[in-house]
Amino acid sequence: MSVADAIREEPSLPRRNGELVFEEPWQSRAFGVAVALAESGRCDWEAFRSRLIAEIGEHDEGEAWDYYARWLAALERLLLEEGLVTGAELEAEERRLRDHDAHEHDHPHPHPHSH
Amino acid sequence: MSARDDTALRMRAIESLLIEKRLLTEEVVDRIASAYEHDIGPLRGARVVARAWSDDGFRERLLADGTAAMGELGIGGFVAEHVVVVENTPELHNLVTCTLCSCYPWGVLGLPPSWYKSPEYRSRAVREPRAVLADFGVELPAGTAIRVWDSSAEVRYLVLPLRPPGTEGLDEEALAELVTRDAMIGTGLAQAPA
Repeated sequence: MSVADAIREEPSLPRRNGELVFEEPWQSRAFGVAVALAESGRCDWEAFRSRLIAEIGEHDEGEAWDYYARWLAALERLLLEEGLVTGAELEAEERRLRDHDAHEHDHPHPHPHSH
Repeated sequence: MSARDDTALRMRAIESLLIEKRLLTEEVVDRIASAYEHDIGPLRGARVVARAWSDDGFRERLLADGTAAMGELGIGGFVAEHVVVVENTPELHNLVTCTLCSCYPWGVLGLPPSWYKSPEYRSRAVREPRAVLADFGVELPAGTAIRVWDSSAEVRYLVLPLRPPGTEGLDEEALAELVTRDAMIGTGLAQAPA
């Protein structure tokens, strides 16, 4: 089954009238990265999907539900477990991006959207 | 920093690390993300436009209260935004921007295209809308005025484009295919039937 077919049939994806719904830009990036890794053969779609199911299952009733937060957690778990990235690399990259943002004064600042 | 910012930062870190390690390229992620958000997202808006072209009663309700009329089609709800629909006429063309950031009717159009978020578009749309339209390949008759709408977090605008000539016999599904994302932002026109 191709990745495109797998996505078409993936029942857990948030949809409206059959179409995928992204509420924030990072969600579509998370979606795009996972699909790109599967399409290129770097990762197996089923390996991702089994972790996604596990992450969804571990969702705590008290937390606000966020499908793509689960998606991101599954992606991170897959990358760490497959040894494609390490936790230390991820931490270092986050620090680098945070410092970069702090020094960039002239970029347009999106104000928060009310949803 | 909020939990949501942390999540967005984590996602950026993952993507940039994978790109740095040459495990994927930004172009591939862009292509996949845009296939789902730009091409598939605006279909909701296109259905709204096609209905308005086909049903005068719906058109009137849509122009009076966009959010409520779109609710009739089961559209909206997941983004708390009020959508105001502005109608193009032979005398008036509407163009939508967001001068402060990139407010956009996500519920009907999906995620905004990257040019919509660019500082250049956001400033030029207000200052020289006719030149911006020309860049998009849209030449309006000299007699057509242009009105620019500045979106906000509370109010988002959707352009109801002019129905192209020669489409009298088309049903809603065929009409919806003529409605592009850009036509609903005002940087394009509805396409002529093939």
